[in-house]
Formats: sequence, structure tokens, C-alpha cells
Amino acid sequence: MAFSVRHLNAWYGKSQALYDITLDIQPLRVTAAIGPSGSGKSTFVRCLNRMHETTVHGRASGEVIVEDVNIYSPGIQPLYVRRHIGMVFQQPNPLPTQSIFDNVAIGARLNGVAKGKALSELVEQSLHQAALWNEVKDRLREQAGQLSGGQQQRLCIARALAVQPKILLMDEPCSALDPIATLQVEELIDHLKGSYTIVIVTHNMQQAARVSDRTVFFLSGNLIEEGTTEDLFRKPLKQETEEYITGRFG
Amino acid sequence: MSVTTRKAAPIGNPFRPANQTLNLRRQVVNSAAVVISAIFAAVGVVFLLYLIIYVYQQGSHFLTLQFFTQAPAAYGETGGGVQPAIVGSLVIVGLAALFGIPLGLFTGIYLAEFGRGWLAGVVRFMVDTLTGIPTIIFGLFIWVLIVVPSHSFSALAGGMALSIIMIPTVARATEEVLRLVPKELREASIALGATESRTIWSVVLPSAISGIITGITLALARVAGETAPLLLTALGSSFAFKSILRPTAALPLQIFNYTLSPYDTQIHQAYAGSLILIALVILASFAVRWATGGFKPRD
Repeated sequence: MAFSVRHLNAWYGKSQALYDITLDIQPLRVTAAIGPSGSGKSTFVRCLNRMHETTVHGRASGEVIVEDVNIYSPGIQPLYVRRHIGMVFQQPNPLPTQSIFDNVAIGARLNGVAKGKALSELVEQSLHQAALWNEVKDRLREQAGQLSGGQQQRLCIARALAVQPKILLMDEPCSALDPIATLQVEELIDHLKGSYTIVIVTHNMQQAARVSDRTVFFLSGNLIEEGTTEDLFRKPLKQETEEYITGRFG
Repeated sequence: MSVTTRKAAPIGNPFRPANQTLNLRRQVVNSAAVVISAIFAAVGVVFLLYLIIYVYQQGSHFLTLQFFTQAPAAYGETGGGVQPAIVGSLVIVGLAALFGIPLGLFTGIYLAEFGRGWLAGVVRFMVDTLTGIPTIIFGLFIWVLIVVPSHSFSALAGGMALSIIMIPTVARATEEVLRLVPKELREASIALGATESRTIWSVVLPSAISGIITGITLALARVAGETAPLLLTALGSSFAFKSILRPTAALPLQIFNYTLSPYDTQIHQAYAGSLILIALVILASFAVRWATGGFKPRD
């Protein structure tokens, strides 16, 4: 399933955040976007599911092509894009007062995907996929706000998976988690790999090296280098890449 | 060395004041400020308590069962009650809620969620101005618009006048509470492919619901006691409630009319009615604080 980006530019008001990004994203694999703060990696990922334009004064141009369809073409409504390209955010954001079951179901309910028994099965399946089922199967009706940080993030992943997207975008999903929870989420990403195309933004280079198959390095809104994770970390082609991964800046 | 207590700290000790007169003056000014604030606070409370106690003394022994269930007696006679006024007030405030809650709620939602650009600024300015307008003007407005063309004072007109008064309170409370809902919650919903209105209805609003109910409760408690707008719209009546298209009694109106009368019984009944209104406001405040956990210290 083809997923590629052609000449993507993005702005916040007048200030440009991404310059002419062109890239092919490998399907059913994990691609990591790394770079220092402000390099545009989060902006890039948010452009992939048209979330960037929900930011005040956010604007993007160019093409993002999923299975031969350019999601930025005029006839396409953003909300249909977002149903097929899911997103997990840095700060776990479950709906705190609603139950665990309702949290996972909400995406399916909002889009009318499933009802009744089919919905319960979907919720269970999504929680299994997010490696959370065993921990919450006896308390599905409890409030989601009672879960720990790592559990909440896995709940958000389950929620995103429940709408059955083809692509999963993750914007620094482990930044707000402790090391054990981080490990759980990374293992989860490893499990999901063969079934979903995943793009993950991370400022933690060790994490990028652990979970991803390909890595993209951003700097000041430009795509500096892109390649297999092993190649990029062992034998970077550009000087800026080498300086970043060896910690000389950023 | 003999054990003597030193009077002043040796020079160079950082924990004692260097300048004793300055220090003394600061302590005095500080204490004075605290005392003065306490006095002013006490003054406010004392007036309120005096008011409540006086009204209670004048009217409490008239709060009989008869008072709550019977129609008014003729002026000058003893006995009688304010049952029509209580029912009328309930009807009028109910109508006000019917019109005012949706108007205020959706205005608040508009201002918080969709309000960008000049139109929102205009709406916000209008809403703020509405809070300051003397309430008799709303009565006049509805009088011209509804009462005159329909040739009748009515509870409906009264409800409409009160609903306009309610709008700014409900709208502002709704807007503030909606703004407090974190952006992340909205983003989560949008990232799942929900439309903006679905996001607001299913995700944002439920999070803010307790604050909105607070705003609505306070607005209703306030309009329940408004007299001026009802003078020109509901007019008042001594008879039991019949129809919302007819002049209807209301508690504040009844109090107003009774107070102006020269008869003792009626004046005491006015105090009794005032006691009911005060109790209503206090009850609403307590209900709101209880519902939002206001009595417990927040951590």
C-alpha cells in the first residue's frame, strides 16, 4: 500500500515550518522521524493526517499520496482522511470521565462503524492489540482517568486502532511515560508492525534505533537524510546527520 | 563569661532586622491592613445578616401552610396566601428557562468554539452589554414587541423578558467552562475523524457540563427574583394560574404590591414572601457549591 509525500510545505501563519519535503514511506514498517526541537518533525507527521490545518493559522501545500489518492486534493474531506490515518499524541489524552470501554468505543461510535455486540468485540480486539486487555478486562466500566500513564497511552493506542486505520501516526508517544511504560509501548509497536504502517516522531535516538526500520532526519524544516535505520545511524551520509546523532548539537 | 541575654543582635547577623524602627513600622502597617480588611468584610456580612434577621422577624410567623396553599385575601383582611404567586413564578421561570437555556448555551458554545474574527467580537460585546442593562428595559422591550400587539399581559411575555436577562449569565459561564476543557481532548476526537460539532457535542460539552449547570442554576436563581421586567409583561394577578397567555401572578410582584399597601397583614405577608425568595437564592448557592465540591478544600 503506497504512502508517499511530494513537495510538502507547511506554514504557521507567515512562518514556514517545512520546506519541500519529498519522501516515500515504507508500508507495514516503522519509520522514525528524528531531529532537534523545532525541526518540523511533529509538523510533518501532523500534515500526514491533515491535523496541521486544525492548528490556528496552520497551512500546508503539496501532496500526500495514500494508495494513489492525494489526501490534499480539493475533493477530499479531512475527516475521512483522519478515519483512516490514526494518531497517538505525546500526552495521553483519554476522556477522563468516561469508562475504559467507552474510550475505546468512542471512535467507532462517532463514525458509526459498529454497534452492540460487534462493538464489544471490536473493543476487546483493540485492547488485545494494544496489549492492555489482560490488565483491564475486569474493569472495563471504570473511569479511564484512574489508569496509570502507560496504561492510558496504551488505551489511546487501542482507541486509535478501534477505528481500523491503515496508518498509525505517533507523535512522541513515550515522552510523558516512565521507562517501564516506554518499554511496554515500544514492544507494542513491534507487535503492530506487520499489520500497520507506523510513523513515529521521537527525540530519543536510542528509541528510534530500537523500534524503527527506516529513519528520517529533519533539521530546521528540511529533510536532511533518509534511509534504513541501521545505515543512518552507522554510516550517515550527511555531516549534519552525523553531528546530530553523535550529540554535537540538538 | 556570665550568662546574660544580649539585647540586640551583634552586627552582621543576617536574620535579625538591621533597622528596628523600619521593622516596627512595617509590622504595624501589616497588622493595620489585615485589621482594616477584616472590618470591611465584617461590615458586608453584618448588613446581610441584619437584612435576613429583620425580614425573618417580620415575616416568619406568617409562613403557615395556609400561606403556601391559599389565594390572596382581600386587602385589609387577615389570612390568605400567595399560592397563585408561587405557581406563577414557577411557570414564568420555567418559561424563561425554556427560552433562555438554549439561547445562552448555544451563544456560549459559539463564542468558545467557533468564535474567531469580528463577528465573535461583536457578539461578545453585545453579551457583556446585556449584563449591564437595567432589567426594566427588557420588560419594556417585550411589552412593545409582544404585549401590545397581543393586547394582553401574559406569563409567556414575562418568561421571554426573563430569558433575555438569563442569556449573558449562561453564555459567559458556558464559554468560560468550555475554554477550560483542554485542547488535547478536542484533538483526540478530531484525530479519530469526528466532525467539529460532533466533537463539541460528544466530547467537550460532557466534560464541561457541571460548570454549565452551575451557570444555569445561578441565572435561574437571579431571574426568579426580578420584579421590574415582570411589571410590564406578566403584570401579576390575584387569581389562580389559568393560562400562560393571561396575566399571571409572580412572587416578586406580589411582594411589591403588598409592600406598597397600607395594610399590616399584607406588609407582613410581603416579608414572608421575601423570606421565600431569600431562601431560594441561598438554596441555589448551596446546591451549586455542593454539586461542584466547593466545600471541600481542593488539593
